[in-house]
Amino acid sequence: MKRRQTTSIVASTCLVLSLAASSFVLHRTDQLRPQATLDEVLFLGSPKVIKRASLGYDGLMACIYWTRAVQYFGYRHSRFAASYNLLAPLLEITTHLDPHLVVAYEFGSSFLAPKPPHGAGQPERAIELMNYGIQNNPADWKLYYDLGFVYYMELNDYKNAAETFERGSRIPNAHPFLKILAAQMAQHAGEYETARMLWSATYQTTQDKQIKKNAVEHLRALRVDEDVVHLQQAVTRFGERTGRLPASMPELMTAEGFAGLPADPDGHPYKLTPEGRVEVRVPDDFPFATRGLPPGYTPQPKFHSDQP
Amino acid sequence: MRTRIAYIASNTFREAVRDRVLYNLIAFALLLSGAAILVGQISIEIEKLVVINLGLTAVSLFGVVIAIFIGIGLVSKEIEKRTLYTVLSRPVRRWEFIVGKFFGLAGTLVVNTFFMAIGVFAALFYVSHKFVRADALILVALYFIVLEFLIICSLALLFSSFSSPLLSAVFAFSLFVIGSFAEDLRNFAGMAHGVSRWLATGAAYLVPNFSAFNVITSIAHEQPVAGQLVLQNTLYALFYATMALSGAVLIFEHRDLK
Repeated sequence: MKRRQTTSIVASTCLVLSLAASSFVLHRTDQLRPQATLDEVLFLGSPKVIKRASLGYDGLMACIYWTRAVQYFGYRHSRFAASYNLLAPLLEITTHLDPHLVVAYEFGSSFLAPKPPHGAGQPERAIELMNYGIQNNPADWKLYYDLGFVYYMELNDYKNAAETFERGSRIPNAHPFLKILAAQMAQHAGEYETARMLWSATYQTTQDKQIKKNAVEHLRALRVDEDVVHLQQAVTRFGERTGRLPASMPELMTAEGFAGLPADPDGHPYKLTPEGRVEVRVPDDFPFATRGLPPGYTPQPKFHSDQP
Repeated sequence: MRTRIAYIASNTFREAVRDRVLYNLIAFALLLSGAAILVGQISIEIEKLVVINLGLTAVSLFGVVIAIFIGIGLVSKEIEKRTLYTVLSRPVRRWEFIVGKFFGLAGTLVVNTFFMAIGVFAALFYVSHKFVRADALILVALYFIVLEFLIICSLALLFSSFSSPLLSAVFAFSLFVIGSFAEDLRNFAGMAHGVSRWLATGAAYLVPNFSAFNVITSIAHEQPVAGQLVLQNTLYALFYATMALSGAVLIFEHRDLK
């Protein structure tokens, strides 16, 4: 009995130690070969082959590939990657396995379309994906909305955006703002106003917290862009009137008759550089802003509360 | 006669339980609870889809593996252990033995599926915090999975009645895979000409068609299943299982057990 007990203790100790040792060695080996990850490998690239290989359990396979696409995008996005080579194939496989997985089209297009580091910078692949989604889910108005969004935001293609929003507005139960968007696209009306409407609609129609936060960031950036354009126009007017640049923001404020110091959405007053450029105080707080940033500034993704 | 079949069936069920077949429920529970908790953290908006897809796929695959690996040993193990001679020396006919074994294995799988179904619904409740009417469709998918099991059980028994366990497993698993491609085989038959067309059509009707039983993906999207499909799948499974079981009885009746 005692002998058996000793054997059990020795065997248990060996088991635990060997497991720990093998894990340690594997970890060290992984460090020796940093490229040896599954990150950039797609062993099977054909959606048809994968569908066949799934033996009819294609729904589960689609979920697995969708999760892989999310992880791939998230990992590269967090490292400000400049390329997302596997993203489009992963999304293509996902949607071929389950053409009704609407979430893959909605999020997929927002991963694919924006320029790096916010996305893969492949708006044409996003459009292909959305068209495939619409073909398989013609009654889902949100897919038309997302497609129109890509046309407008990434390609500035007003004609196709208007046509897509218009097609979407004809779907039963479609949100009424699609009709308004279609009309605004058709007239190329107020760029900021339209963009604000699109992001507000995105905020209101999604349940996902990340999408909400993303919409909030864009709405904040839009306000900064708009403010900076107005302030920059005020600086130009001041220069034309006085023949010099305003020395400070209060001087500009007094000359233009502003009620108070103009401030960004966080309440920080805009600053005026000696060269007459209007800038935000904390550029990192507005990763999607296109104006009011110091020259050569690279935006760092940073999210605030999910309230606009 | 009925009592004898029921007796053999209950013994088969008890033997399966004694063989710790139902231990697979633990693996299933771990898999499903793990998925329900983890997926929300590593993916986006597919928690419910994953629970339904993974749950039903696991019910199906676990059941298929049990059906094949228990089914292939049902006859050969009895011969190997010589317990078959004891059974057949009593007033039990060979066909009753086969049919009893079939019902015993089918019963094991139904009980297994019942517990797994509870697990699927529990995980679903965990991720959704409520049930909606469309969730009842999962019962249809589970019913189709059980029908699939009936066919696989009968095929495993058919192979077990004349072949070794290893070959029976290979045959049964191959038929399961081929059956998943049955619609492709039928399409191929449609495109072929002459003798190939006849052969392909014959093969397409001879192998079991499992693709019609797989409604997991559409049910995960809350798409309804036509009542006609339920009826036809039920009839198909009953006819096919009866056919395979009849084959098993025929072979076993004429098998020299000396």
